[in-house]
Amino acid sequence: MFHVKHFDVVVIGGGHAGTEAAHAAARMGVRTALVTMKQTDIGVMSCNPAIGGLGKGHLVREIDAMDGVMGRVADASGIQFRLLNRRKGPAVQGPRTQSDRAIYQQEMLQIMQNTANLELIEAEVTDFVMEGQRVAGVRLKDQSEVLAKAVILTTGTFLRGVIHIGDTSYSGGRMGDDASVSLADRIDGFGLPLGRLKTGTPPRLDGRTINWDILERQCADEDPSLFSFLSDKAPMPQVACGITHTNTQTHDIIQKNLERSAMYGGHIEGVGPRYCPSIEDKVVRFADKDSHQVFLEPEGLNDHTIYPNGISTSLPADVQVEYVQSMAGLEEARILQPGYAIEYDYVDPRALSADLSVMDVPGLFLAGQINGTTGYEEAAAQGLVAGLNAARMASGDEPLHFRRDQSYIGVMIDDLTTRGVTEPYRMFTSRAEFRLSLRADNADQRLTQLGRDIGCVSDERMASFSKKRDLLDRARGELEKTEFTPKQIASRGIRINQDGTKRTAFQLLAFPDVTSDQIFNLVPEATSFPEGILEQVGRDALYANYIARQQKDVEKLRKDEQLKIPSEFDYSAISGLSAELTNKLTQVRPGDLAQAARIDGMTPAALALVLGRIRFLQKKSA
Amino acid sequence: MDTIFALATAQGRAGVAVIRISGPQSKAVAQKLCGSLPEARRATTRRLHDEDGLVLDHALVLVFDAPASFTGEDVVEFHLHGSIAVVAAVLRELGKSQARMAEPGEFTRRALENNKMDLAQVEGLGDLIEAETEAQRKQALRTVSGELGARIERWRSQLIRAASLIEVTIDFADEEVPVDVTPEVQDLLTCVTDDISDQLKGFAAAERIRTGFEVAIVGPPNAGKSTLLNALARRDAAITSATAGTTRDVIEVRMDLEGLPVTLLDTAGLREAVDDIEAEGISRAVARANASDLRIFLMEPDDTLEVDVQEGDVVRAPKADSRTDEALAVSGLTGQGVDTLVAEVTASLLDRSQNAGLATHERHRAAMTAALTTLKSVWSLIGAGPDRYDIAAEELRVAIRSLEAVVGRVDVENLLDEIFSSFCLGK
Repeated sequence: MFHVKHFDVVVIGGGHAGTEAAHAAARMGVRTALVTMKQTDIGVMSCNPAIGGLGKGHLVREIDAMDGVMGRVADASGIQFRLLNRRKGPAVQGPRTQSDRAIYQQEMLQIMQNTANLELIEAEVTDFVMEGQRVAGVRLKDQSEVLAKAVILTTGTFLRGVIHIGDTSYSGGRMGDDASVSLADRIDGFGLPLGRLKTGTPPRLDGRTINWDILERQCADEDPSLFSFLSDKAPMPQVACGITHTNTQTHDIIQKNLERSAMYGGHIEGVGPRYCPSIEDKVVRFADKDSHQVFLEPEGLNDHTIYPNGISTSLPADVQVEYVQSMAGLEEARILQPGYAIEYDYVDPRALSADLSVMDVPGLFLAGQINGTTGYEEAAAQGLVAGLNAARMASGDEPLHFRRDQSYIGVMIDDLTTRGVTEPYRMFTSRAEFRLSLRADNADQRLTQLGRDIGCVSDERMASFSKKRDLLDRARGELEKTEFTPKQIASRGIRINQDGTKRTAFQLLAFPDVTSDQIFNLVPEATSFPEGILEQVGRDALYANYIARQQKDVEKLRKDEQLKIPSEFDYSAISGLSAELTNKLTQVRPGDLAQAARIDGMTPAALALVLGRIRFLQKKSA
Repeated sequence: MDTIFALATAQGRAGVAVIRISGPQSKAVAQKLCGSLPEARRATTRRLHDEDGLVLDHALVLVFDAPASFTGEDVVEFHLHGSIAVVAAVLRELGKSQARMAEPGEFTRRALENNKMDLAQVEGLGDLIEAETEAQRKQALRTVSGELGARIERWRSQLIRAASLIEVTIDFADEEVPVDVTPEVQDLLTCVTDDISDQLKGFAAAERIRTGFEVAIVGPPNAGKSTLLNALARRDAAITSATAGTTRDVIEVRMDLEGLPVTLLDTAGLREAVDDIEAEGISRAVARANASDLRIFLMEPDDTLEVDVQEGDVVRAPKADSRTDEALAVSGLTGQGVDTLVAEVTASLLDRSQNAGLATHERHRAAMTAALTTLKSVWSLIGAGPDRYDIAAEELRVAIRSLEAVVGRVDVENLLDEIFSSFCLGK
């Protein structure tokens, strides 16, 4: 008899989805195992060494608000913090940092090792343990079994991953390994809908061979915007990036060698992301541009490796050398590792419920790149959702539903499970229709209490958040207490229409030119609050009118969300529903009417038919 | 999906009656009655039988293959002899098949569901079916052909272009994109707001064409208003007598003036009322006359009335038949001056209807006005530069949604019920 271990939740994979999933489940107090090939795989940044950005920074703040790990590790390893869109409204500002790759891994490993309820297992998973149709654990290469009530698979590009450099290609990930083939076969056996995607990386350069002196620099912010609501400073020294550009010579080289590129030579069928084109794509699709910007990002404080952001490629290695050296500052640059493109299968996320469990395979959750997303932050956010929900399933609790009006996490989960993907899915702020209320600055106000209620937020974080929330409430209360006439307001030096409308100091905070001193003049009590608290109340004030108006949409959404659609709902029984929509609805199996409404091609008339059918069934069963 | 059938033409005796069958089983259902089906879109006569082989009628049979049909489904039409008994027999026979009788508006609903029409076109179809006059027919046909939908689609794509310009500066701030897109966005906004304003100016006329112009006959008691109304209507719609104050309530007569639908109103004579009932009649007369699109005054030049003459109104002296002066007068009794009066009223109304816009329903106007207001706010937010782009983008989203509501892309569930319940069976 082989060795058998018992857990509540088992996570396969130690990448960004896996670590966040395992930590989330452990925070929930259930016995959790994280199975990874090597401990040194934990927290690896396989692409560019940066965390955050627009939309992505929002996700990291939300993960942190639920007491997740990504924000803390990014803060501990950040070597170039920059707040993007600093000169635009706070709703669209996104924190970002370059991270020291090695420190990021160390920090992440240390946290994982020191987390209560979490056991790290260094092993290769060869198969699931099945109990009928249900996934009941994993089988390891040594034939031992790790049983669990829920299994979370976070293995990124491992399904039929193929790496291309020019016209050579080889199996990537662990596909060459016999043992792994059996896990892939098992997944194939589930009959899940699959699609194929691709993504690319640039060649890595040796920083010692770059002529930095002639290059433009991009520096970190003076006053870093950190990710975690618990962090107060960036511990690492801050460094600058270099900037260079492609030129007509670069483009000629690429143009001349196009047919040697894996992508243009017809070796790749997967769909790549439009927002992150390879340099071949840029040269072909934007032929009128004779220069593209390239950021030279250091991978660490004690690492010479430079990540040239903007020139990902699948050209042969010799062409990569030629075009890299055609750029200013890179004339002598040495390539440490050539760029490559990777193609892989993903599972159509419409086969998943909103808790990221596979609808047709009980006990199995999927998170990360395997669901058709790209990016560390997207993966980590899914890990959080899967980890929390796997733990809830193990404890016999209802799934936790992240709503679109509540978080970017909710937007992403809904986009994935309702609309699926056509290219690697990346978060953008424009995907969030409630963008003005889903800000990076208020992620804790939106989510920490929720996290506390379900049991994934520590006492320490809750204490800190409660204090902040209390100050915010009191400060807003002071500022809303008194209404001032336009005359009173003008007497404090604030320019205002003498329209007879009385306004509170809170409302005045939304005016573009109003200073805090002018507010203190009106409401002297406000001076007793910390500056950060008043700034945050100011951000809330800026959008208060628009958020109030959106509240109507939120309520309508909430109402439709109350109308649950049973999972065995038979769409073909609805008379008048077109065949196309019947198919889509049957595939997505929306959990409620609001989700049904968001399915691509859905019409109000069809929705009315679905609603009518729900009502009919309700009446019949009543 | 059910297959449905219904009588598409009016109930009752007629030259021809059309029964329409739509749905996946429509051909099989039809074939039971007519034996073999003709090829699609070729009008062919067939004998219709019941299940015992008894001939019901000789009918013209038309087959339309999905999706090239009214509903977007397979459709078969039987053009029958318009006898009540024939129609009843064929409907009874169809009732025995797997198809069922259509519910009110169900064919149109399926057309909408299968994207054969947008919501505005459905409304236009309703208007077309209701159309009584030439101007109404032309206007409704314009809506049915999708002109309003096409215009809204143009605005929408211009606004989406503007939104994408703003979004690119937000979501790709760390890449090589323009920082300030204000001028191009403002150009697009101007283009759309100007066009919406123009269309809104034409709404009043378009709505009048759809619902009818109101023309009130106003004047002192006993000026011959009711007699004139009867002459214009060519029937005794209003009671006439020599007694002043005979007309109390407002009397309405529908007319067609050179294709324009007109509701002619006869009102109580304007004077100091002698009793409560007359006082109420006069106050109604004043209210309706002021709210009307045009007033015909029957009065002496020195009469002063509670209702003012407005631009475009028509003024005549009363009782042309018994006058000796040269005044421009009209007589309902003899018909003297009636032709020129009608010509003048018609010309005035035709002039207004020239400016009719594409928006014909209050719902269109409300949505377009809401979009216009929001777009003006976007304009000023954009003017403040990139630091308000996030709010501008939100406003733009709201404006686009307002416009989409006209063609029924979003948020129209309640409206649908209203629209479909106003449709008759089989249309």
